[in-house]
Amino acid sequence: MKIVLEHLTKQFISRVNKNEIVTAVNDFNFEIPDGKLIGLLGPSGCGKSTTLNLICGLETPTQGKIYFGDLDVTELPPENRGVGMVFQNYALYPHLTVRQNIMFPLENLKGNEKLSKEEINKRALEAAKLVQIDELMERKPNELSGGQQQRVAIARALVKTPGVLLLDEPLSNLDARLRLQTREQIRRIQKETGITTIFVTHDQEEAMSISDLIIVMEKGVLQQMGEPQEVYNNPHNLFVAKFLGTPAINVFEGKIKKKKLYIGDDLIGESDNDDQDVYVGIRPEAFVPSDKGKFHCAFDRIETTGRDTSIVCHNDHCISDEDIRAIVDADVKLNNKDGIIRFDLKPHKTYVFSKTDGKRI
Amino acid sequence: MFSKNNLKGWLYLLPALVFIGVFMVYPLIDVLIYSFEEGYNFASQTYNGIGLYNYSYVLHDPYFLQAIKNTFILVIITVPLSTSIALLISLALNSLKRFKDLFQTIFFLPYVTNTLAVGLVFMILFKKTAYSEGLVNLLLNMFGISSIDFIEGPYWAKMFVLCFYTIWIVLPFKILILTSALASVNKDYYNVARVDGTSKWRIFYRITLPMISPSLFYLIITGFIGAFKAYSDVVALFGVDLNATGMNTIVGYVYDMLYGNSGGYPSFASAAALILFVIVLTITVINLLVSKENVHYQ
Repeated sequence: MKIVLEHLTKQFISRVNKNEIVTAVNDFNFEIPDGKLIGLLGPSGCGKSTTLNLICGLETPTQGKIYFGDLDVTELPPENRGVGMVFQNYALYPHLTVRQNIMFPLENLKGNEKLSKEEINKRALEAAKLVQIDELMERKPNELSGGQQQRVAIARALVKTPGVLLLDEPLSNLDARLRLQTREQIRRIQKETGITTIFVTHDQEEAMSISDLIIVMEKGVLQQMGEPQEVYNNPHNLFVAKFLGTPAINVFEGKIKKKKLYIGDDLIGESDNDDQDVYVGIRPEAFVPSDKGKFHCAFDRIETTGRDTSIVCHNDHCISDEDIRAIVDADVKLNNKDGIIRFDLKPHKTYVFSKTDGKRI
Repeated sequence: MFSKNNLKGWLYLLPALVFIGVFMVYPLIDVLIYSFEEGYNFASQTYNGIGLYNYSYVLHDPYFLQAIKNTFILVIITVPLSTSIALLISLALNSLKRFKDLFQTIFFLPYVTNTLAVGLVFMILFKKTAYSEGLVNLLLNMFGISSIDFIEGPYWAKMFVLCFYTIWIVLPFKILILTSALASVNKDYYNVARVDGTSKWRIFYRITLPMISPSLFYLIITGFIGAFKAYSDVVALFGVDLNATGMNTIVGYVYDMLYGNSGGYPSFASAAALILFVIVLTITVINLLVSKENVHYQ
């Protein structure tokens, strides 16, 4: 089912200062196409979970509309929206077995939707098979691993075959290895069911790896929406550029003077813009060591982590919190005379941002 | 058991063990011994023989049978009623958005109120005096019902006052326990249930109740034990001569056998105390067995 948000806004009264109004979601306008896996991405406290709660109906918007398909669901209570929700802590009923947990939503059905016992059992088993926990049906949640609990929660959310599946930080409670497995599972389950799925995460790698589309937000404001690689390659502003990618993008103070782009005194490129001070973002993979390179840094050390070799270096104009990292070929020959290393920069991995509003120019 | 390390442990435990031994274990054993000593004379500290006569006497004593009846009626009425009323009030409190703290305080006030003051309130409510009919009677009169003597009148009226008093006095603590139990249930369970379209009743029955079942069970067990041990409340309402008013309880009977008008019978008192012990133990074991199925510890 396609989801459309129109001028969606949610404001709270601040818990700290009662006179202050916090805008958790600020004028969202976007359309989520049917049958896609969407990653809703942003730092903690940026309003991701609120957005999710608005979509599922646990929160009512201050302004704006939500449509599922052509149906306006803004005023509908959650139970009538046909959504399945998986909470961050899974919220499995601890006193019920896996089977009872999965059957729970079906047993709620009333009137002509009411199902027979056999039908409920059959559907619960199907859902369990889909998430591959059908052998654990008689266990209690506390006898399961985190990953298994997670899948039970997904099965419970899916058993009513909802039009929309919502996952709140689905992987944050899992350890690193399980996280990798589980995100593949989520991808597979979404592909098999074709249900429009939105998952919230603060982990950009997680969002990038399995989403069809990612939505990046900060402080309640939608920053950018698009295919993960597209957003990574073509960030609309400094925040998006900084938020996506590990190691993070390197940001420098730069300036445009007479259509030329400088970092310090190094002329690193051209620009069509007027003279101004700017931020220059350079992806770690944009650095190509070269003796005649235009951009110079003070060499610090080489780090090898797994398959990546990175050169760590310094530049006075760098304003990132960490050292400059340049990911290079493992067999690169380095020529660092006097502790200075020179790079050529790949232009399509180098971005210029306005210093006033952070927008890409 | 007495390796060097253990010895140290026992040493640390010694003060507690001594206290428990002197004030718990020794009296318990003493009571057991008393209860089998027939014709024990308090003055000369002698007895005729050993046997079950004391038990037989107590079990045939109409006062004791009345006390058993009173105690059981009290338990059967007040434990379920007080627990369910406390649950209802806690649910209501928990669903309040405003003034929650205020109401919580109000409901908790009786707990910190002096028992004598509470007794006084009940006097005003129920007692007929030369000057007043009592507040409840005034209300009854307003509806055209003639006055009832709740303190010295018919058995059911006295029992009503006793149950009313007991429920009222135990409510605050139960409400306190249950509101905190309800507040500690993770809100996500309710959110999940809402998204899944669970009806209010089903949410209560399938989620809330199991989640707070440990607290509820604790209250039921302690409620049973407390009600079986009822005595001071009865005295507060009906005075010390409980046998005469027909409102005695088992503990009251034990006390009377020791110190009351008919006192000086530690053997009978011990036998009655042990009978009470067996009753409470049985009920508690039954409770525990029932709870295995229905109480969910996390």
